[in-house]
Amino acid sequence: MLKLPIYLDYSATTPVDPRVADKMIPYLVEKFGNPASRSHAFGWETETAVEEARAEVAKLVNADPKEIVWTSGATESNNLALKGAANFYAGKGKHLVTVKTEHKAVLDTCRELERLGFEVTYLDVKEDGLLDLEVFKAALRPDTIVVSVMLVNNEIGVIQPIAEIGEICRAKGIVLHVDAAQATGKVAIDLTALKVDLMSFSAHKTYGPKGVGALYVRRKPRIRLAAQMHGGGHERGFRSGTLATHQIVGMGEAFRLARLEMGAENERVRMLRDRLLKGLSDIEHVYVNGDMEQRVPHNLNISFAYVEGESLLMAIKDLAVSSGSACTSASLEPSYVLRALGREDELAHSSIRFTLGRFTTEEEVDYAIRLLHDKIGRLRELSPLWEMVQEGVDLSTVQWAAH
Amino acid sequence: MFAPVYFDHNATTPADPAVVDAMLPYLSLQCGNASSRHEYGRAARRAIDEARSKVAAALGAHASEVVFTSGGSEANNLLLKGAAGCLKPGLLAVSAIEHPCVLRPAEQLRKRGWTLHKLTVDADGRVDAANFQAVMAAQPRIVSVMLANNETGVIQDVEALAALARAAGACFHTDAVQAVGKIAVDFRRLNAAGVQALSLSAHKIGGPKGAAALVLDKRLDIEPLIAGGGHERGLRSGTENVAAIVGFGVACELAVARLATTAARLLALRGRLERGLQGLGATLFGQAVERLPNTVYFAFPELDGETLVGQLDRAGYAVASGAACSSANPEPSHVLQAMGVAPELARAAVRISLGGSNTVDEVDAFLATLQATVRRLQQLTAMAV
Amino acid sequence: MAYSVKVLDHYENPRNVGSFGNEEEGVATGMVGAPACGDVMKLQIKVGKGGVIEDAKFKTYGCGSAIASSSLVTEWVKGKTVEQALDIKNTQIAEELALPPVKIHCSILAEDAIKAAVADYKKKHAEQAVP
Repeated sequence: MLKLPIYLDYSATTPVDPRVADKMIPYLVEKFGNPASRSHAFGWETETAVEEARAEVAKLVNADPKEIVWTSGATESNNLALKGAANFYAGKGKHLVTVKTEHKAVLDTCRELERLGFEVTYLDVKEDGLLDLEVFKAALRPDTIVVSVMLVNNEIGVIQPIAEIGEICRAKGIVLHVDAAQATGKVAIDLTALKVDLMSFSAHKTYGPKGVGALYVRRKPRIRLAAQMHGGGHERGFRSGTLATHQIVGMGEAFRLARLEMGAENERVRMLRDRLLKGLSDIEHVYVNGDMEQRVPHNLNISFAYVEGESLLMAIKDLAVSSGSACTSASLEPSYVLRALGREDELAHSSIRFTLGRFTTEEEVDYAIRLLHDKIGRLRELSPLWEMVQEGVDLSTVQWAAH
Repeated sequence: MFAPVYFDHNATTPADPAVVDAMLPYLSLQCGNASSRHEYGRAARRAIDEARSKVAAALGAHASEVVFTSGGSEANNLLLKGAAGCLKPGLLAVSAIEHPCVLRPAEQLRKRGWTLHKLTVDADGRVDAANFQAVMAAQPRIVSVMLANNETGVIQDVEALAALARAAGACFHTDAVQAVGKIAVDFRRLNAAGVQALSLSAHKIGGPKGAAALVLDKRLDIEPLIAGGGHERGLRSGTENVAAIVGFGVACELAVARLATTAARLLALRGRLERGLQGLGATLFGQAVERLPNTVYFAFPELDGETLVGQLDRAGYAVASGAACSSANPEPSHVLQAMGVAPELARAAVRISLGGSNTVDEVDAFLATLQATVRRLQQLTAMAV
Repeated sequence: MAYSVKVLDHYENPRNVGSFGNEEEGVATGMVGAPACGDVMKLQIKVGKGGVIEDAKFKTYGCGSAIASSSLVTEWVKGKTVEQALDIKNTQIAEELALPPVKIHCSILAEDAIKAAVADYKKKHAEQAVP
């Protein structure tokens, strides 16, 4: 029996792996101490658990545990990295470089920095969603202090050339921040090899709980940050506030499982994703958004032509999918990421993001394929645009009676 | 093999079983991101809305006044930096005994052109009325005074202070992290007196760590601390921590339902403990004034507090030598220093904070252990001298 | 995204979907909206003797409320004269389907589609009347 709706929105959030939940629960009840309590066993016990989790997070990305700072999530990590570095290095310059397809947590933070007197360059991407390194190099200036480029895009799943970007930034002494919220467990990350200075992580995109994330802060060469949350001086002063032990333990376990299982899991998920793509590719006028090679195996972002977005979502309500990123999908405005690819300028396309994961089955994928065939066909039967296209009308030549 | 007794409930509390039960579905199949439009997302959104109503109801606030954060420290940072960001720099007044997550952000604001005044307290730890009035005459823009202190448990007359602050044209915030669940806290009433914002935290009241709230009069403008996505009415971006928020809601509901019985029980235990401590010759701090029913702060002159809590831990009692956050800090408590306690005596301070699960037997057994420990340490100290 | 029962019914079981041949006797077409705005409605009426609308068909590119609004008007215009059809107001459509405020434009578009179809009919009729 299939459980409906079928969850195909793993980039919005993932379920907590039951093995992760099992590890977390004791830290809510019997092992409840405040890790900052230094005067009794309740505190030491949870402090040990927090450090074990820190080691697991570090291990997944080949970093030193001392380089991992706990936060409440990737959004906070991105805020801390960008504001923290920009403020600390403001004496060296006031210019930052980022990309138009970054997550809102980066873009909104950059907007805030602009209000505070920093200057930000927002780079375009190529049609495949990838950053053009020549364009990137040209954007760097003598007063550029921070660059922020995401490793894996949340909407189209493309993998940016971080290794090359790192070399360029390091040679110029520019701090490189990478939002890796969508990358952990999907692409191998080796921070001893990558010249990345700051990297944001999230637990709930990698089968851990919501409410916890981390920021990698390089020690060699040492990166400094101005703290954004002040108080008891937790996390070596980088981030004050009581550590949520059960969530941290959950993130540690989730990242441990990701390290052990990502190889096999990615192959399985890639097979399912390719099955989905193959199953949909015999529908006429469908287009994949974003490069298919430099891409995580979990993501398929497809535009269906001549079908309206909201009615499509209504028709496929048995599939839990996203029409944009979760943070912006409360409105049905065209996704800014797809717009940056130049795709949303075309008329009458609807884009759906399918993101598969650990618990997706072949049966679910097949159901999704059948449902989409059926519903796309039905909506096109209803569509006057489809009828015109079938009659050979070029829609771009039509004079619309806009209202 | 014995189970240690936990006497450190002002540091954190275990989650109530009912809280954990309510959270479990959201650590399992109910996995949605509350911003998603599909059924998983909508279920998460409904759960957050329900929790928001529960938190609001527990405080007599409106649901739309509740802004969820990742913790009490964040709530306090958000209010102070957020309100300051919407005002022209001026005078900022916070009490000298605030938690570091109020004091440090206040100190940070100096970098943005603010003048910081630390409001003095009297020997019992209450905000000094004459000093407060004098500072209000200088027309501060922001005033923050905690409802109850984490170390002494001393309760401030926040309503009266807020009224004075309002008359002076200041925005008034109170950190109620230690007060909620231990005494009645009514935001509507406080708000009527002039309190415009109040912070509370889940893990101090039988909820999970990782959820807290700033309750905010919507007429007060604040700017966000964390940008990106516009969650929480744009005041706090980031994917909502659904499970912890759900647990927070239940914890608030339980705290209010149990308040009367819990407070009476704790008060009786505290009385027993205090009588025992006095019998052993301890000095008690803040004794003369109204305090939380669960908190006892004491010292044996000439016995180092760190040493005593270490001994007590080995004997199976978890107590604190100061606020948890600064326990690694050998400096004597800033709260006691502000109260005019001599540094030697302050270094001897030990805090016991009781919780709903503590019993008379535990208190009696503790007093016996304490007596033996204190005698031994006093002999050692005497020999060393 | 709370749709009314009636919107869902029309969306799931749209009435009178399809097209008439444009050359068919008495057929008039109204096409309103634009893909860039997210809605395009095509309403066709087949007008018989005495200006009575004998049949109607629609195709709509748009959200569930747009589909429901156009499906509903195909039912409503049938049996009415073209003049009577012009009396159908968007407020009636919105009320019948219990459209939320953000979807009122769908009912306006449906009313516009009727007007456009009737105008097309009158234009064709006038052409025929002047041999």
